[in-house]
Amino acid sequence: MIVSINWIKDYVDLEGFDIKNLINKFTLSTAEVEDIYIKGDDVQNVVVGEILSVENHPESSKLHLLKVDTGDKIRSIVCGAPNVRVGLKVALACDGGRVPAGFIEKRKVAGFESEGMCCSENELGIGDNNKGIWELDTDAPNGTDIKTIYPVDDILFEVDNKSLTNRPDLWGHYGIAREFAALTGRTLKALDLAEVDYTGEDKVSVEIPRKDLVFRYSTVKMSGISRNESSMAMRIRLYYCGMRGINLLADVTNYIMLEIGQPTHAFNADSVDKIVVKTPESKINFTTLDGTQRVIDEDTLLICNGETPIGIAGIMGGLDSEIVQDTGSVVLESAVFDGINIRKSSQRLGLRTDASARYEKMLDPELTLIAVGRFIKLVKSLDSGAYVSSKLNDLYLKKYPQIVLEFNKKYVDRYTGIEIDDNRIINTLTSLGFGVDYTDGNFTVTVPSWRATKDVTIKADIIEEITRVYGYDNFSITTTSLPLKPVKNDYARMADDEAREILVKKYSMHEVHSYVWCDGRKFKKLGIDVEDNVRVINIENSDNGVLRNLMVPTLLTIANENKGFSSKFGIFEIGRIVNGTDKDGNCKEEKHLGIVLYDKSGDEKKLYFELLEIISCISAEIKNQKTVFTKISPRHNWQHPKNTASLSIDGTEYGFMCTLYPSNRSKFDKTGVVVCAEIDLNIFDTINAKAVSFEEPSDRQETYYDLSLALNNSTRFEDIEKCWQSLEIAEFKSANVIDTYDKLGFKGITVRLNFVAKDRTLEMEEVQSWIDKILINLSDIGVVLRS
Amino acid sequence: MLEKAEELTGLFKNKAEQAKKSADIEKLRVEFLGKKGHLSSLMQELRNVPNDQKKEAGQKINDAKQFIENAIAKRLAEIKEFEEKMIVEQAEAYDESMPVTTDFGSYHPITLVKNECENIFRSMGFTVEDYSEITDDYNCFEALNIPKHHPARDMQDTFYLSSGQLLKTHTSAAQNTILRKYKSSLEKGNPIRAIFPGRCFRNEKIDACHENTFFQMEGIMVDKDISISNLIYFMKTMLSEVFQKDVTVRLRPGFFPFVEPGFELDIQCLICGGEGCSSCKNSGWLELCPCGMIHPNVLMAAGIDPEEYIGFAFGLGLTRLAMMRYGVGDIRMFNSGNLKALSQFTDKSFKKPEDEGRHN
Repeated sequence: MIVSINWIKDYVDLEGFDIKNLINKFTLSTAEVEDIYIKGDDVQNVVVGEILSVENHPESSKLHLLKVDTGDKIRSIVCGAPNVRVGLKVALACDGGRVPAGFIEKRKVAGFESEGMCCSENELGIGDNNKGIWELDTDAPNGTDIKTIYPVDDILFEVDNKSLTNRPDLWGHYGIAREFAALTGRTLKALDLAEVDYTGEDKVSVEIPRKDLVFRYSTVKMSGISRNESSMAMRIRLYYCGMRGINLLADVTNYIMLEIGQPTHAFNADSVDKIVVKTPESKINFTTLDGTQRVIDEDTLLICNGETPIGIAGIMGGLDSEIVQDTGSVVLESAVFDGINIRKSSQRLGLRTDASARYEKMLDPELTLIAVGRFIKLVKSLDSGAYVSSKLNDLYLKKYPQIVLEFNKKYVDRYTGIEIDDNRIINTLTSLGFGVDYTDGNFTVTVPSWRATKDVTIKADIIEEITRVYGYDNFSITTTSLPLKPVKNDYARMADDEAREILVKKYSMHEVHSYVWCDGRKFKKLGIDVEDNVRVINIENSDNGVLRNLMVPTLLTIANENKGFSSKFGIFEIGRIVNGTDKDGNCKEEKHLGIVLYDKSGDEKKLYFELLEIISCISAEIKNQKTVFTKISPRHNWQHPKNTASLSIDGTEYGFMCTLYPSNRSKFDKTGVVVCAEIDLNIFDTINAKAVSFEEPSDRQETYYDLSLALNNSTRFEDIEKCWQSLEIAEFKSANVIDTYDKLGFKGITVRLNFVAKDRTLEMEEVQSWIDKILINLSDIGVVLRS
Repeated sequence: MLEKAEELTGLFKNKAEQAKKSADIEKLRVEFLGKKGHLSSLMQELRNVPNDQKKEAGQKINDAKQFIENAIAKRLAEIKEFEEKMIVEQAEAYDESMPVTTDFGSYHPITLVKNECENIFRSMGFTVEDYSEITDDYNCFEALNIPKHHPARDMQDTFYLSSGQLLKTHTSAAQNTILRKYKSSLEKGNPIRAIFPGRCFRNEKIDACHENTFFQMEGIMVDKDISISNLIYFMKTMLSEVFQKDVTVRLRPGFFPFVEPGFELDIQCLICGGEGCSSCKNSGWLELCPCGMIHPNVLMAAGIDPEEYIGFAFGLGLTRLAMMRYGVGDIRMFNSGNLKALSQFTDKSFKKPEDEGRHN
């Protein structure tokens, strides 16, 4: 909203204050000011001039040669406007003067000297009329600076509308003037209102079937209106505040809205016999005054003349009842409708107007009569023939309750943490229109009607009023005194950080973030189906609606898009997935870690083993436990039937790793390889971490024994391992694979078994006896020594 | 006998001069001092020397032996020194300017900024809480004093799910759960100090400045006597830590249904120092985080008596903070998965604060 300081000054004396400082104070105490515009600085030496003579230019059909009296002298002016005539008073920018477009100098125009320029409203920046020069309606002597007659000089500031959403009272200048009064300690002047001075019995007939959607509906009729235009001063104000001058009645209703925030509507009295405020029984078509035909549904409140709609309540009038020139008699509607209904209707219609924006903030119904009084006052002052021609019809259907709040000084002190003087509190609240009764440290505060529609309802709201006017910059600031208390560790979070560190620092992987929904288009490129899951129902792109049930598919699409980044890289993400819904229909949200490794020229097996190491490393580092990898059949059709394994510790499965199904793999990259893993961190977090157990190191020599074994293709290392683990040899220390052999379908492995005893150096015979037992176990599963 | 000893010394001198390598010296040692060396045989011959001359002859032989031993040691040392010098000379001078790989992986910039903030808050006694991305109408709106039809629900265009739930539009959605979690601890005299970082979602068109998926960090503090004065102090201290320099803050009224009073907190522009520049749209201030005193209705929704307890809440835009910290101009980078961009974020640089005494 744009605010005019001139307008504010109508209601508060700001003499002696630095206006820019005040505006800054307004930002800090009331609402954010986004911009300040200085008006009139670029209009200099523009004076009243009277056209004494008009001659046609010898060579141009458009240009005229004028003699203009500017008091000090008669000037020769070349002018192209169509409305020049002898006797017309014009705004003449004299040479040496200035208009927004630039400086005015004496110069030759089409061969004739011109000592200035006759200006249009548009050229002076005070209106949008540029059809001809501005015809002044003034008796001021020639040569008078127009700025002394018209309010060209002004300071405007634009308030961020978002910061006014909770303040319906600030959607008009009068409310903002009240803030300035509170901030400066000056008095707020009363609005100049006129009485409904009609003594007859006529009354506008109003019927309201939808009483639930109307707070108050006030009407009055005025007649005898003959003037078509409002005053220049009013038009400049409207223009400065972002509206256009239209005609007398439209300008006055707009002016009232900008002044007190109450939208009003003037209907042509000829088109109104009986006002009915209702919603249509079924959808209807209706043309609003902007000339657009709109479909009005059953929830939209209409103003009707009998059965005929003449306006959408609180949003926009109809084309047929529009005030046009020569409307001699008008019915003024000054009403407050249900804000929520107006907001929703305006959303459905896609039509947001200055009026609807105000209604949706929950206007104070007390305003309707103020608007009526202001309307009569303004119309009469602009058109002396106008008179009130009906009684006031005021239907006050719903009243907001009066809000009275009680609190004591201790409450204020506790909330603020500083000491604010009692009188200061009383003065602040009084200047903002609150009724204050203060006895023995107890405040009883009555909330004014314009703040009581939703804004101020509890005593904490009063704290804001007191402190914002006091000024947050003036607060002395203090720390709290809280008891000493250790902050407990959050192990799940620590585990996430640890996993990240391993992946980034040890395996040089890159952390990425992706969306919580699947990108169907990208999945398709890899031949991956979007699996059924909970969807976002109001997302624009339907490809993106389904929530991810795993991290890996999305990470694969990311890896796919990064093939140009490096010939080998790994990515991971710790994020949320949705694993369907529970029995109550709520999403089962899980925190997962997804890992994808890519190698453009590597071999898949090697990469798979790298991933195996990464996972083992994570479980070793975070849980001090060994992960068991168990072959499982694929659960998703992009997983490889042979190389998909579950991850588990102590029998708790916490994730999987896999290579891709050949067709998916080839879509990914013809030559490159990719492997992936996913860890359910919620399950992983439930797995106990084994404590580090210390064992006194033996100072005896270790003895090792190498076994070169020949294996079947289906034999896994874990089968071999059992052959010595099952013997539970106390002196067994570790087993390392020191060589593997895989050629022509023949698989071999060399294992080094290490033994050590604490109390003695082992004799070879003793070791050999264990080896013999191990070999028996091995031969039981078909593993023999390689010859 | 005496002459023989003299001769032997002379012979040794000759040979020693020719010895160039430590191996030559070793040969000499064997030749002269070995078990079957010249000196040994001379000692054998001593038997044949008449008794009265034995002492003198023995002395001579010993002198010769002493001389040779010393000379060998000396020469050996010389040669060793020379040889070592040769080894050094022949050694390769390594080129330290050769490029090497220092590549670690990279953390997501949000992780880096989030960890930094979490550490700051932990150091001030705050717990770090976890909250889901999916929540419901109650937690996201109702419990935060945002009733149905409230315009605040329009302000945040929400992603609704087919399950009837929604993706949280702000981290404030966690307030009710966290207040409830610590309610009994609060009533035992332990103030609530908690932060909850998390991902938020809004149904917005994506462009360089807008994302539908972004990170926030919410914080709350509740106790018996928490005041606006405390809030301002805390925000200033916290932000000075976050930005690692003394920041100037200002509060203005801001409207959020879940706080009363509510504030918009601005910090003086860190780029121009408040003079006005393009980053702060010439105002000298940057709107950074909304905050306020927790609305009594929010406390009540969690079963906490607002007459007895009071607190403040604040929100920090982590994504915004990361943009400021790293000079990221396009918000879409964060969720792009583009490794050319993301791989640049590491935690390698530990920056020392500009002004260590900023809290004094």
